[in-house]
Amino acid sequence: MKKFDVIVIGGGHAGAEAAAASARMGAKTLLVTHRLDTVGEMSCNPAIGGLAKGQLVREIDALDGIMGRAIDQAGIQFRMLNQSKGPAVRGPRAQADRKLYKRAIQALLGETSGLEIVEAGAEDLLFDGSGAIAGILTGSGDEVRAGAVVVTTGTFLRGLIHRGEEQIPAGRMGDAAAVGLALAFEKANFNLGRLKTGTPPRLDGRTIRWDQLQEQPGDDIPTPFSYLTDKITTRQINCYITHTNQAVHDVIHANLHRSPMYSGQIESTGPRYCPSIEDKIVRFSHRDSHQIFLEPEGLDDDTVYPNGISTSLPESVQIELVKRIPGLEEAVITQAGYAIEYDFVDPRELKPTLETHKIPGLFLAGQINGTTGYEEAGAQGLMAGVNAAILAGGAEEGFIIDRAEGYIGVMIDDLVTLGTEEPYRMFTSRAEFRLNLRADNADRRLTSRGVEIGCVGTKRRDTFNAKDDALKAATELLTSLSATPTSLKKYGIKVNQDGSWRTALDLLAYSEITVLRLLGIWPELKNLRADIVEQMEIGARYAGYLERQDLDVRAFRRDEALEIPADLDFDLVGGLSTEVRVKLFKARPATLGAASRVSGVTPAALVALLGHVRKRHDRLSA
Amino acid sequence: MNQAGTIYALASGVGISGIQVFRISGPQSAAVIEQLTGRPLPSPRTATYTKFIYPETGLDLDQGLVLWFPAPTSYTGEDVLEIHAHGGRAVREAFLAAFSMVSGVRQAEAGEFTRRAYENSKLDLTEVEGLADLIDAETEAQRRQALRQMQGELGRFYEAWRVDLIKSLAHVEAVIDFADEELPEELDVKANERIERILTEIQGHLSDGRRGECVRDGLSLAIIGPPNAGKSSLMNHLAQRDVAIVSSEPGTTRDIIEVHLDLAGFPVSVADTAGLRDGAGEVELEGIRRALVQVENADFKIYLSEQQFWPPDYDDLSELLDNRTFIAVNKIDLDEFKGPKEFGGCRVFPISVHTGVGILELLSALESVISEQFGISDSPVLTRERHRCALVECVGFLKSSLLVQEAEFRAEELRLGVRALARITGRVDVEDLLDVIFNDFCIGK
Repeated sequence: MKKFDVIVIGGGHAGAEAAAASARMGAKTLLVTHRLDTVGEMSCNPAIGGLAKGQLVREIDALDGIMGRAIDQAGIQFRMLNQSKGPAVRGPRAQADRKLYKRAIQALLGETSGLEIVEAGAEDLLFDGSGAIAGILTGSGDEVRAGAVVVTTGTFLRGLIHRGEEQIPAGRMGDAAAVGLALAFEKANFNLGRLKTGTPPRLDGRTIRWDQLQEQPGDDIPTPFSYLTDKITTRQINCYITHTNQAVHDVIHANLHRSPMYSGQIESTGPRYCPSIEDKIVRFSHRDSHQIFLEPEGLDDDTVYPNGISTSLPESVQIELVKRIPGLEEAVITQAGYAIEYDFVDPRELKPTLETHKIPGLFLAGQINGTTGYEEAGAQGLMAGVNAAILAGGAEEGFIIDRAEGYIGVMIDDLVTLGTEEPYRMFTSRAEFRLNLRADNADRRLTSRGVEIGCVGTKRRDTFNAKDDALKAATELLTSLSATPTSLKKYGIKVNQDGSWRTALDLLAYSEITVLRLLGIWPELKNLRADIVEQMEIGARYAGYLERQDLDVRAFRRDEALEIPADLDFDLVGGLSTEVRVKLFKARPATLGAASRVSGVTPAALVALLGHVRKRHDRLSA
Repeated sequence: MNQAGTIYALASGVGISGIQVFRISGPQSAAVIEQLTGRPLPSPRTATYTKFIYPETGLDLDQGLVLWFPAPTSYTGEDVLEIHAHGGRAVREAFLAAFSMVSGVRQAEAGEFTRRAYENSKLDLTEVEGLADLIDAETEAQRRQALRQMQGELGRFYEAWRVDLIKSLAHVEAVIDFADEELPEELDVKANERIERILTEIQGHLSDGRRGECVRDGLSLAIIGPPNAGKSSLMNHLAQRDVAIVSSEPGTTRDIIEVHLDLAGFPVSVADTAGLRDGAGEVELEGIRRALVQVENADFKIYLSEQQFWPPDYDDLSELLDNRTFIAVNKIDLDEFKGPKEFGGCRVFPISVHTGVGILELLSALESVISEQFGISDSPVLTRERHRCALVECVGFLKSSLLVQEAEFRAEELRLGVRALARITGRVDVEDLLDVIFNDFCIGK
């Protein structure tokens, strides 16, 4: 019988990051996937990043994850979204060549030492005498032992594909659903919910009239995702934009009763931010046109992903509606769109480490927790992998990123505290400390924490340290250079003529002053690295706001420091209403701060909770 | 054991009365009624006549009415029981003893019923405050204002602004988070217009002359004037008007005496002050200084002079006269009043504190000005300093949100503005934002 420290089930974006992170931590890790060739598959749209999602990828990268490096190799069109807005809300995004991406992920996993990958189904979970996880049973009947198991099975838990009146049990088109594991979860008595998502039909690019469509080029100079990538070398291409029209809408209206969403065949909740085309037309009936992005799936692949027309209408209707779209008159559908329903585990079943409350040693990550998106999955995978390795290694303290440190922290806290009603996706507006949680400073926020915990390799550590030194030197330089208002005036820089000296750093806080402008006064600034200059400028620009936010962060951390014992019986807490108590039992907030974010928990209830926890603490330590 | 438990308290006042009311709330309420009557639960929300017995001995206790309000349709949101028993101390003690015999039942702490109502979202914070004000109300205007607040009028008023602000914030956030979507043009401009409107409304609400706070905290009236004009006599006269008197207490300092009156339904505290004159000694000067401070803080003033010295030199008085000053000329019983009915823009009331002549006219003029300036308005009014602080803070954030150019800074200011408003009612909900975005725009590819 084989024995590992950590077993990861599933080879999607969560599984790949989990396995890589666990192995980087030094844990002997096994990745179990039912198909080796689909590890790293982009099963929906061929793109990585975006607003808030781009920040997540940078955070994964800052912790030495693999997603950023993979997309830098596979990206065929890079765009920095919100380029016209401030750095805090910019998000890097890239179209991927699906084959290149999968190849990059598989290569990165392949070169990770301590990681073994095996093609097998996971049929059941194994437990020790105390009810903690002890390993898994594979489809072929083999027992594999491990101290921690990370399950990342995506939509494979009782997945059910809907297309028109058709229903096909499957995890993804062409792949079987994981029924055995679903039964194991049911046995564990997890609170399961059901969600729905969809995907558009894929088109044959050779049949699209590209010359009639509006071009959408990428950035002139592509910005890499990874802090380890200097330059994007993959060939870059354009995307194209078209629109639906009244004729398309008419086809949909006439066939609405055949859409499983409207016939009552699907009752579960779909994401509001990713509605099917039939949803858009019904809910926003005043709009006579909807935007469609035509995204090539690869450099040597003719498949095109029409982003914006996700649908579960019957295939024959999909053919009718596609040919009414400008530029797609002759387009051939290579795979029809569909909707998929799947089970997810109420993420309030999880601790902030992503370990389940009910089964010690069992971790869940990705879509199984009710999220959507590769980036959300990858980030959870990384955190689950790190924490599984910590647990398997016998350490007690888990690795948790808080809401003030990263989007990863915001996401996991939202999930484990609030649960989710629809597939959870990251938005910048979910992050109250957004101004500091930027794509440009993910390494400054997280890499040293990763080094401390042991999930960051030497190459990244050295790169980070070098940048850190350069930033410190730049700060020193910028504070050592100063000038009087009178002398600044000579260079065309107007400040209050109050006679007090201004340092170069002071001057950068003015929105119109850049390092480039200061070169005239202090030529020695030209030796600064471009990325360092950018960091200094952004830091100075946000300094005032961040100072104010710092008060909020401190208040937040104070509440976060008050831990609520995992075994606390809320029935014993005086002064809680029944409703609040039910909510607290469900959410099992790890800290007083988390309790305050559970909807319906009132300030009075928090006071009661605080009093109880303090008293209990005093009693225990007495 | 459940420490939240079931609580009981005497809900009516202590003292001799025909009946008294007890209230019980919590999961054991049903047990209380079963054990105190020896019968099954009465039908909900119906007054039921019954005999009461001691739980342990079964001995007779009293007879009266029970009202049973099962959760969640009750004041606290829990099972609530009301017992209408006979009045008197012995009956009260007997019932309190009987309640404590039922297991899991304890005496309520101060305000605990309302706290439970708040925890169960039966009331928001402004409603809780309204209830407290209602119970404390001493005058008609206070009662009306508190009732409106308790019924949620003020809460809904602030909530409407919060919802509106969330809408503006959601639109700013949509521009940030959904940059690639086809959002309506000029979303920013429209968001700003809405913010400007809310800003104007909040500022209007804030500049209401502290109307609501005055009703809640009371108005002040200072009686000023030269020595020996009869100020103290006027005070004494007012203090003897039984119908108007709410309470009377000596002032905190020897030289300022306060009397509390109910004028037009408003609580008014009247302060007597030291006479104003030149050439006074050290102690008297201090008294005059205090008098002037009192005058400055007073909502209304009566300048009391006497016939003999009327009219005075205008320049001596001009600083004291404004549109909230009434002039009374005393001692017209000694000599007929011949002066003009107006002086320096203020009305002049000839009175005699000695005979009472003219005082009624003076008071009714005061009442009509008070009702005019502080009477109940159509829109809810600010009633507490706590609300004012939160609103002032919110105004500050809204102003900065209009000044900054960058969307991320605007959102930051708005977020803090929403938070300030939410503090008033105690409602904070993060998902609100995304709800608005997805309801207002077709988002998603």
